[in-house]
Amino acid sequence: MTTQSYVRTEMLGEKPPPSSQVGIVKWARENLFSSVPNIIMSILSIWAIYYILSGILPWIFQSSWNATSLHGCRDSIAATYGEGTEGACWSVIRERWQQLLFGFYPKELYWRPVAALILLFVAISPILFTAVPRKVMLFSMVYPFLGFWLLWGGSIWLPLSAIAGFAIGYAALIMLPKIIGNLGATIAAGLLPIIYWLFVSGPVISGLNGIAPIGIEGVDSDEMGGFMLSIIIGVSGIALSLPIGILLALGRQSPLFIVKTICVSFIEFIRGVPLITLLFVASVLLNYFLPPGTSFDLILRVIIMVTFFAAAYMAEVIRGGLAALPKGQYEAADALGLDYWKATRLIIMPQALKISIPNIVSNFIGLFKDTTLVSIIGLLDPMGLARAIPADQNWNGIVWEIYAFIAVLFWIFTFGMSRYSMYLERKLATGH
Amino acid sequence: MSMADHTSEKKAFRLSMLIYDTRYRSITIQVIALIALVAVGAWLVSNTLSNLEALDKELGFGFLKEPSSYDINQRLIEYDSRSSHGRAAIVGILNTLLVAAMGCILATILGVTAGVARLSKNWIISRLMTVYIEMFRNIPVLLWIVLIMAVYIESLPVPRSFKGDNATSSMLFGDAVAVTNRGIYFPKPLFNDGSMIVLATFILSLVGIWFFGRWAKKRQAATGEILPTGWIKTGIFFVPAILMFFIMGQPIGLEYPVFKGFNFKGGYQMRNSLIALWLALSFYTGSFIAEAVRAGIQAVSKGQSEAAAALGLRPKRIMSLVILPQALRVIIPPLISQYLNLTKNSSLAIVVGYMDITATLGGITLNQTGREMESLLLLMGMYLSISITVSIGMNWYNESIKMRER
Repeated sequence: MTTQSYVRTEMLGEKPPPSSQVGIVKWARENLFSSVPNIIMSILSIWAIYYILSGILPWIFQSSWNATSLHGCRDSIAATYGEGTEGACWSVIRERWQQLLFGFYPKELYWRPVAALILLFVAISPILFTAVPRKVMLFSMVYPFLGFWLLWGGSIWLPLSAIAGFAIGYAALIMLPKIIGNLGATIAAGLLPIIYWLFVSGPVISGLNGIAPIGIEGVDSDEMGGFMLSIIIGVSGIALSLPIGILLALGRQSPLFIVKTICVSFIEFIRGVPLITLLFVASVLLNYFLPPGTSFDLILRVIIMVTFFAAAYMAEVIRGGLAALPKGQYEAADALGLDYWKATRLIIMPQALKISIPNIVSNFIGLFKDTTLVSIIGLLDPMGLARAIPADQNWNGIVWEIYAFIAVLFWIFTFGMSRYSMYLERKLATGH
Repeated sequence: MSMADHTSEKKAFRLSMLIYDTRYRSITIQVIALIALVAVGAWLVSNTLSNLEALDKELGFGFLKEPSSYDINQRLIEYDSRSSHGRAAIVGILNTLLVAAMGCILATILGVTAGVARLSKNWIISRLMTVYIEMFRNIPVLLWIVLIMAVYIESLPVPRSFKGDNATSSMLFGDAVAVTNRGIYFPKPLFNDGSMIVLATFILSLVGIWFFGRWAKKRQAATGEILPTGWIKTGIFFVPAILMFFIMGQPIGLEYPVFKGFNFKGGYQMRNSLIALWLALSFYTGSFIAEAVRAGIQAVSKGQSEAAAALGLRPKRIMSLVILPQALRVIIPPLISQYLNLTKNSSLAIVVGYMDITATLGGITLNQTGREMESLLLLMGMYLSISITVSIGMNWYNESIKMRER
């Protein structure tokens, strides 16, 4: 017997797949050239991309960074890249980027808005990241006053006295129930701070200023501008609109007819008109509604109207969160014997807010973009500055560079936030 | 027993029950809310009245009848500077509606295309659409309006270049349309005697198309035969109207724009401000619509299309009969709210000088007459009535397409 065998005893080595089935060729065949219409579309898209980039890229890179005027830019571009080359004049950004970021904020005080921004991130970190210790929340509560003080400066006693008002209210809520009952304590907690702010706080501040004039250099509202202004308006609009929005959303869900009607009318009215009309109200009408003689500065008036605007949208977002909660949660809270406010505070809101966070973020993105509208009523946000800078003789006629800079900055901010909200959506998706 | 309880309860009514008894509490809260509302309202009104008195102003809408003495260059109805402020406001609201309608149409086309294309298997197309969507969504619409206006003015020829023998630019479609950086000029239809009959024929054929469609559907349901409805409908659309047009001796003519002096005269002009605003709003809103469309298509579970394929439907029919009806249910509500956003964003027309309602009533009229209160109330009322009309329509629609569950 021979040891002949018809069964192969050793395996053949693997052959590489055909060249059309590997690497970039396979990928291109599958993704770009799988059928005739696909081939046509791919070629058209590649042509479109080439066309756009070939127009824009040379303009971006054949540019001048060091000139001091538009003429200087044109001369230096012509000298470097040849006569007739069209290039960007980035010099204007180099010269004015601080203005675009901070408006006319005093140069030596730039550290203050920067510090305010960094501390803002610290203040919102407990909301953004679960790993941050809860005690940071205390800082978050103080932050609004600190941020205000850093930006506007002035005496330290003003923000401290404002905090004192809240402290009085909180103290009333804690101490008084034993003396005058729960209801009385709640009413007192509402009224005492208001009385304090209206009548006591003014003399106290001036008294303390007389004794210990501690403070930093004040900055006027007209000196605020640029992206700083957009961020101030956007952040304060969202932060202030959150509590109002929660109340409006609860009111809209409420079985009480009058409360519900008020909330629905407010929400639908605000959502039915463009923001620009509300800003017109802020700029020309708001002073009519206030007692004669009172006058706010424009930024504050704008923040008030933007807050109303954001609150109506926030209410709808939170209503979505409330509606998404299973009914069992409400019933379970009732079964535990919790009253309405306790149930809302301990069971409903934490869950509803968690569901709504991605939408709150996208609301914020929308609001942040909408802050550019304040340029129409004369505030110097980036868009306002984009119109103010060409009025300078040196930069007369400059258009694209400033808009490009603003667009890129806005894009980075909002794209970053939208990615963050997508990340949140994935992280919070505790379902299946 | 129960009677006794009842009476004792009545007797035992204490003031504190208004708050602690759930039967009365809701009434108490509402009464307090109402009183607070009235008080705040009264405070605001009294402030306003005393402020107005201090400024020697009276409330009233009489100013709407006064001559406006400003011109509006883009208008749909007759208007000149001797017309009243009221008429200026009407011109404005028509302009708002015009740009909103044009914008909604273009935004839908762009958005649906981009949304579908983003799901395409073609890598480069889907990436390109992602870039478009992320670019437009994340940059303020105000910036887009201003930018597109600047691009428009920079990149298109000035009207002067159409002039004379050595013209550097030429008109399109056989001297009918001129695309300049001041706007697009296109022919204006002239209706002579008999044109009404042609129009009537056209409208009748539209009605005919509708009836034919219904009949063909019924027939298909009864017999299973499928007629080439597309071709027949196209025939009904064109043939009778064109026949009538020639029978009546070509009563509808065109007035072409002609270059005279420094600019084009005759025909219709679409100003550059309108075009820039239209394009910016459409591209911006289109990117949001694209996301809504994508979400809608992805919301239809894959089992649906597989089941339809298992039934033997062809891909086109699967799309039109199974996927789209279900996707539309998800797409339409955000789509409508995007339309509303577009309409509200059209108020930014003011930055490019397009005379919409915000620019006429809330801009020049307000500044000329000093009637801030009345102008802004009227302005907000106009926008509010548009929004409310649309949302009523939308609620009705939502109700009608709601999934009927057993």
